[in-house]
Amino acid sequence: MCPTGQQPDPHGTSEEKTANAAFAALLEDSAEELYESAPCGYLSTLMDGTIAKINSTLLGWLGLERDAVVGRMRFTDLLTVGGKLYHETHFAPLLRMQGQIGGIALEMKQANGTRMPVLVSSVIKHGANGEPLLIRTTSFDARDRRAYEEELLRGRKVAEEARRQAEADRARLQEALAVLQQSLLPATLPPVPGVETAAHYHTASPDRLGGDFYDVFPVDDKRFAFFLGDVCGKGPQAAAVTSLTRYTLRAAALHDSDPVAALSTLNKVLHERYSGSGDPRYCTAVFGILDPDPVTGQVAVRLAAGGHPPVLVLRADGAADFLPTPGGLLVGILPDAHFVTATTVLAPGDTLLLYTDGLTEARTGQDRTDLFGDEALRAFAADHAGTSPQAVVQALIGLLHSFADGLDDDTALLALGVPALNPQTTNPS
Amino acid sequence: MDISRRNNVNVIGNPQGPTVVLAHGFGCDQNMWRLTVPALVEEYRVVLFDYVGSGRAEPSAFSEERYASLDGYARDVVDICEALDLHEAVFVGHSVSAMIGVLAAGLAPERIGALVMVAPSPRYIDEESYRGGFSAEDIDELLGSLESNYLGWSAAMAPVIMGNAERPELGDELANSFCATDPAMARVFARATFLSDSRDDLKSVSVPTLVLECAQDVIAPREVGAFVHQAIPGSKLITLDATGHCPHLSAPEATNEALTAFLAGLR
Repeated sequence: MCPTGQQPDPHGTSEEKTANAAFAALLEDSAEELYESAPCGYLSTLMDGTIAKINSTLLGWLGLERDAVVGRMRFTDLLTVGGKLYHETHFAPLLRMQGQIGGIALEMKQANGTRMPVLVSSVIKHGANGEPLLIRTTSFDARDRRAYEEELLRGRKVAEEARRQAEADRARLQEALAVLQQSLLPATLPPVPGVETAAHYHTASPDRLGGDFYDVFPVDDKRFAFFLGDVCGKGPQAAAVTSLTRYTLRAAALHDSDPVAALSTLNKVLHERYSGSGDPRYCTAVFGILDPDPVTGQVAVRLAAGGHPPVLVLRADGAADFLPTPGGLLVGILPDAHFVTATTVLAPGDTLLLYTDGLTEARTGQDRTDLFGDEALRAFAADHAGTSPQAVVQALIGLLHSFADGLDDDTALLALGVPALNPQTTNPS
Repeated sequence: MDISRRNNVNVIGNPQGPTVVLAHGFGCDQNMWRLTVPALVEEYRVVLFDYVGSGRAEPSAFSEERYASLDGYARDVVDICEALDLHEAVFVGHSVSAMIGVLAAGLAPERIGALVMVAPSPRYIDEESYRGGFSAEDIDELLGSLESNYLGWSAAMAPVIMGNAERPELGDELANSFCATDPAMARVFARATFLSDSRDDLKSVSVPTLVLECAQDVIAPREVGAFVHQAIPGSKLITLDATGHCPHLSAPEATNEALTAFLAGLR
């Protein structure tokens, strides 16, 4: 490179003369000197591996005398046993097939017994007629590199093990979650004399514990209690409230089956448990009692609700109407809550339908901005009035599917009906 | 799965000639036979293949359970013999493949009519009076060498190297591809090979057998060659003036001469 502002002098400046002298001194470093003292090991062998030439660097690494090596040892004699096996199964065949091979990690045995990791490259020198004459081999000190690679390998093994452990943990967790989820809902509904039952639970996200709940169970030898509700929120905290709610209602009903009494007990339990916790939890619920009259076949229903959408009554003649329970408070929000009672009588062919607001708040329309709503649900139910509870629930499952991604929330359905006297004439289908 | 594709089977040579199956050993693939094939193709029908887990065999066919013992590889051989409907074929096995051939001949005697065992060893690890040449620790060390040498292998290159029987030119361009193996599969084959003990299987060999050993072979020393020769009734032993474990590459002329003479004697 020329210093700026100076013209190159064809006869050479004094600086260049100095540089040329230094370069000439460098040329004094003969090829032989370079071979012997290069910062890598050089080795030439006959085709059978017998060492014909070896440089001082490599002899120094190995701690061997030249006379003990040249003409007396083969290349593989310098290797550890594992290295010999690898040489015979991979290195030598590849070298023969390709004429060269590079960057193979092997270990050489040092005279003092220690192992020296090296990276070995070899090339075959061919004669004028293409016949292989000898093998030239270069080896580089790979001690630091190997230590680092071993660290990486160790790291990979640790990561593999951690991944396996994490997968096992996840499987265990999912199993525990499934068992917990099952404890929130009855596996099957019990048979209720003179009443047909059907239920469905739609989970918006399969990974998450839902907050809706329902149940049907006997309170004495004649009457059955039922309930359905919705705990605010989702996930493990909501599931804990759901569990507490379900078992509180069941226990309360055995003590006093009056719907208002059962909901009041639940209100006290939830309020006491969560009001001071900084994480207030509450729910909406409908709780009722079925009182079948075996003589008439009719079933008297007495229910109470707190903050829950009104239940629908589907009549055998095709009518469908809400059974209003206005003014009931969310359960668990105030120390003393007021709940509203309503009654009805189910005649043969009539069905009582309980649902959570996941159904009525499903988003519909082209851009999913409209809500399905109470009136649409009433009209849909009227179309299926007079059919069995199973048929009503099946129709609603179809409706839920039709909402597709418009259905954000969990949805619980519970239908309780009195079988029609003569299904052929009362069932429109 | 189609066996031909699974084991990257190539059938070349004289379709009317007797069939010779060439089986590679642990380490590389059917390319190991490149200097042997020219000596055979004129007179013989030559079958080449890769074991599942090696070369360009179908990687998805690999199962650690099947290939953890030599029986799994012997079943590969029987599958290929059945797929090609071979009878009385000559099985030429290098290294561990020599023993795999013995096992395959036991599984399907009507398929294999003669054995050529190139640098065989029925047991690599020393045991009591038997000298295989290695200790259990030596084998552990080899497994370590496998881990530190990926030989052109990386997950990204795998689809190019393996399972690309339709476009072999892709693999040929890659250095070291003949010996490129998924390290996990290579490990399974290495364990199956070097921890095996097939000494008891030798005496059941009832077909004409040629044992080819090298004068200098670290992996299969001469006393092991002598053991194999003595254990197989009526076998013929030839010691090649060759160094190393792969005489078909390091001394191809001598190897081909011994092989073709043996094949001619069978006709």
